[in-house]
Amino acid sequence: MGYPHPSHPKENPVLSKHFGDPEARSFDGWVKRGGYEALRKVLRMSPEAVVEEIKTSGLRGRGGAGFPTGLKWSLMPKADGRPHYLVCNADESEPGTFKDREIMRWTPHQLLEGCAIAAYAIGAERCYIYIRGEFTEPLKIMQQAIDEATAKGAVGANVFGSGKRIEMIIHRGAGAYICGEETAMLNSIEGKRGNPRIKPPYPAQAGVFGMPTTINNVETLAAVPHIIMRGGEWYKGLALGNPKSTGTKLISVCGHIQRPGNYEVTMGTPMKELIYEMCGGMRPGRTLKAVIPGGSSVPIMSAAEAEDCLLDYEGVVAKGSMLGSAGMIVMDDTTDMVYQIWRLARFYAHESCAQCTQCREGTAWSVRILERILTGKGKQEHFQLLLDLSDNMTGKTICVLSDSCAAPIVSGIQKFRHEFEAYIQGAREPAMAGV
Amino acid sequence: MSLTAGQGGSGAGSSGTPRGFAEHGSAHGGHGTETAPYERLFRGERLAQLEQLFTLYPTKQACLLPALWMIQEARGWISEPAIGEVAEVLGLTPAYVKGVVTFYTMYHTHPVGRHFIQVCTTTPCNICGAEDVVRALLEQTGCRELGATSPDGRFTVIEVECLGACGFATPILVDDDFIENVTPEKIAGILQRYE
Amino acid sequence: MADELVNVTIDGAPVSVPKGTTIIEAAKQAGILVPHYCYHPALPVSPALCRMCLVEVEKAPKLMPACVTQVAEGQVVHVGSDKALKAREGVLELLLINHPLDCPICDQAGECELQDYVFQEGRAGTRYSEYAKRYSPVEDFGPDVLYVPNRCILCTRCVRFMEDVAEEPVLNVSERGDRAYIGISPEQRLDHPWSGNVVDLCPVGSLISKDFLHKARAWDLDKTASVCPGCSQGCNITIDTRDDVVVRIRPRPNLEVNRHFICDYGRMNYRWLNRGDRVEAPLVKDGGRHLASDWDTALDRLGQLVRGLSGSAVILASGRASTESLGLVKLMLGRLSVTAAVQVPVGDEAPLVGVPNLALRPERAPNLTGAELLGYRTDWAEALRQVTSAGLVIVLDADLSEADQGLIAAGPGVVVVLGTVWADGLRSAELVLPVTNMAEENGTYVNRDRRIQRFNQAKSQPGMARPAWWIAGEVLAGPGPSASAPSTAAEAFELLGDKWPLFAGLTYSEMGYTGRALEAGGEGVGESQRVDLGVM
Repeated sequence: MGYPHPSHPKENPVLSKHFGDPEARSFDGWVKRGGYEALRKVLRMSPEAVVEEIKTSGLRGRGGAGFPTGLKWSLMPKADGRPHYLVCNADESEPGTFKDREIMRWTPHQLLEGCAIAAYAIGAERCYIYIRGEFTEPLKIMQQAIDEATAKGAVGANVFGSGKRIEMIIHRGAGAYICGEETAMLNSIEGKRGNPRIKPPYPAQAGVFGMPTTINNVETLAAVPHIIMRGGEWYKGLALGNPKSTGTKLISVCGHIQRPGNYEVTMGTPMKELIYEMCGGMRPGRTLKAVIPGGSSVPIMSAAEAEDCLLDYEGVVAKGSMLGSAGMIVMDDTTDMVYQIWRLARFYAHESCAQCTQCREGTAWSVRILERILTGKGKQEHFQLLLDLSDNMTGKTICVLSDSCAAPIVSGIQKFRHEFEAYIQGAREPAMAGV
Repeated sequence: MSLTAGQGGSGAGSSGTPRGFAEHGSAHGGHGTETAPYERLFRGERLAQLEQLFTLYPTKQACLLPALWMIQEARGWISEPAIGEVAEVLGLTPAYVKGVVTFYTMYHTHPVGRHFIQVCTTTPCNICGAEDVVRALLEQTGCRELGATSPDGRFTVIEVECLGACGFATPILVDDDFIENVTPEKIAGILQRYE
Repeated sequence: MADELVNVTIDGAPVSVPKGTTIIEAAKQAGILVPHYCYHPALPVSPALCRMCLVEVEKAPKLMPACVTQVAEGQVVHVGSDKALKAREGVLELLLINHPLDCPICDQAGECELQDYVFQEGRAGTRYSEYAKRYSPVEDFGPDVLYVPNRCILCTRCVRFMEDVAEEPVLNVSERGDRAYIGISPEQRLDHPWSGNVVDLCPVGSLISKDFLHKARAWDLDKTASVCPGCSQGCNITIDTRDDVVVRIRPRPNLEVNRHFICDYGRMNYRWLNRGDRVEAPLVKDGGRHLASDWDTALDRLGQLVRGLSGSAVILASGRASTESLGLVKLMLGRLSVTAAVQVPVGDEAPLVGVPNLALRPERAPNLTGAELLGYRTDWAEALRQVTSAGLVIVLDADLSEADQGLIAAGPGVVVVLGTVWADGLRSAELVLPVTNMAEENGTYVNRDRRIQRFNQAKSQPGMARPAWWIAGEVLAGPGPSASAPSTAAEAFELLGDKWPLFAGLTYSEMGYTGRALEAGGEGVGESQRVDLGVM
């Protein structure tokens, strides 16, 4: 299984530099490529200095929320006798996103090193790496890497002879998108249903097993060794669009695109360059219709918005959407937007944990309304109903799953209303039978 | 196309036989039944394995997901007696364990075919033809319906939500083998590898 | 810190509450009910999942769940604002889309929080008419509990009660999304001794009592504050009657005694209150037969008996007799040497693990402590031995075995029955005076922690039955019209203070409806002149 594309000159491969290189997977191979130097360096630093370096870098959470990583680490209480935990969020399940999988498949030690550094910085002796159950290959590779790193003393009871204990434990998920939500993940590690928790208390106060916990995404942690080695200032300098969005970002590009895959670009790179140059543009004879830029949970962008968008946190917000986890779903003119919005709603209805009323009932009802429309039984009132429901599902629940269901529906109606109208008015053949 | 047993779909208890008012037991979900007497799993080496897991977490309860995985790997699915056994070894109640089992869609509460095929059909794969892959799989495995096991007991095919390999549409998971870029044309070749 | 007060304004009403109070509880202090489902003050943690209690907090970017959001100094909260109302309307609409709207056949109708809130602030019609509603059959969860999944709003109160309070998690939330339902282990039943509380906790008609099934509409019920006569714990209850028949017992909150709970034994132990085979008129022995008489005649006869006798007397009293009755009956025999015993049936103990000091107690006598304070002893066998030499035996509604009845009938003493029923073995009794049971009178019980608590009359007395304290009070006052006889239970209680200083000065109005803790004191305590009373 080779990596699908060679690096494009417009990319800036930092995390992805060794993607496709099987030798980088082994401990020795990783060390040969400069691996674990950052961890050795960190062991000579104070935890506070590590946190400061990350703060300087401007690194923000790559899982979707974009919370400043250094700040998150600094919220952990000082050593107070209680165990502290690091949880690595490798439950990558956001439709359109498949970057963490590649990090784990090709550079498991990059992630382990990042985890070890983060654990050191927050005073954690244990790191749970929560990998989604379907990721059979990353699970195997990560376990091998942990075994090897433990044998080599890079993690475990005495990290590189420093006397520091940093253990890595893989916790396998079992099929629940919502466990990617950080507090749901904590419940899942504790052996519970993956129900998101109410905040406060925040994980830094009372996280997994009630103890201070930091949860970081795979890509965030994988960036950490590079920042330690090359300095926060260097990382901060990697910003083309906005100084608040620094570093590089792995963008997963999928859908109707010539060369789907993960592209690591400097923050602020124009989306247009990514789509048309790096990814080779649309399939022959097709034109861009829409882009969902941040994994399926963010508002849909029209082609015009996408072609004028800079790829960083602020740039995407300026075009009415969010960078999220940077899973870009590209849709060309053959796409039935109503059908695909229905398919997304079905995803959220399936994944709702059942706690909050708006989410449990609202996602399922949204699916049914969209099915009505797709079977040719749509009515004008359905627009208002969908918008009302979406409003009811936005900003009112424990987590943002129902907001995520509403986002594509609302933006879809705003930007592709004519496609809904075509079904409602009978101008388009029903896409499904029955109901 | 809709989701089927074990994957939910709309309407609670769609696969359960409706039961009478005074009858005991869950009318929902229709948990599968075992014909042979239940043989305990956590003995000898497996018990030692589980006890090793206990050292990785501050609570026994936290070993629930791993313990359920052990059951499923050994037995293919998680039966009611298995739930009872897991509850017992972890100091939980069967009801609690069942609440957890039914939350996670990868745990089978029914027996499945020798090879369990999961096909991603969420939007990114959907626009790249995932539904054609499903149709071809149902036809060529003889399963006919999602969630059903082929008459020869060889395959069960289900649709799943995003497998996290959207750039390699359509990914399928056959047992533990993650296979990318599947198209209807490749299916015959893939199925050959699984007896 | 507990005393530190925080000032907030809720719907314009200023209120000061201790730091750490949630908005929902602070609003209660201001007299404002924030509609809610998953939150319940009796359950330790609110999951804030029904999202019904979302309120507008000025300066907060989003609506906040009032059940878990703590008040902050100067906070301005709007429960009735347009935004909050719209959010609640939205939740109600979603809770109703799959709800069967079967209120006409639902036991909960009339006391249903879904019905109430929808009526109050829900939409007039549904927008879900194009789809079939979710349907799942009724399930049998346990000896008294049925689960009607179609009505369930998944607030999880029941699951959390079993998990966090009973600490026996036999219920779960199964599946997820809109397929979720409350599940039970096929291996187990919802038969925990306190499991009936899930029916009370359920805000809708999803968990219902088989015992109460289709018995009454909520609006047909009369509700009376009372105290459970089941054991010495003294749980506060509400007795629900329909047309003068007790049809249900439910817990009445008292944080000092039973929080919001009662056990299933207490809950089911009400049928005796409706017994039909009651003595309804005073029966006075006349030669070989008994004649139904008026109270004047009967009281004269009793007075003559008591005054004419010397020597010893025995009182065999039910542990369900009120403090007033136990006290006045004993006072009535003041001149005599009295052996007073209270009957204490014994059963298994069943604690509610999650609540300290709350259990179904083995002593199935609600007024055991009250009786002891009044000098009653629990050595029943010894009291029966005294019967063989006593000149007078008063049976105060005790449940006597046939053997005991025989022993009493064979004894030398005159037998007076103050009873709700007349046992066959006591056909030779001189007097059979009909008394009320605890649901037919006002009175007090003293629980095992020496908390004295009032219970109220919930149904009318059969025929001419009177409280035993009234009978004793009339005898004490002597024949003829007299101002000194107590005419209410409160007056009867006040009479006890003379003899038993522990009760002196305490009044019914001070006890209120949650009771008062009595001062500590030694055993048998209550009496000021123990010698005089000739207790063994």
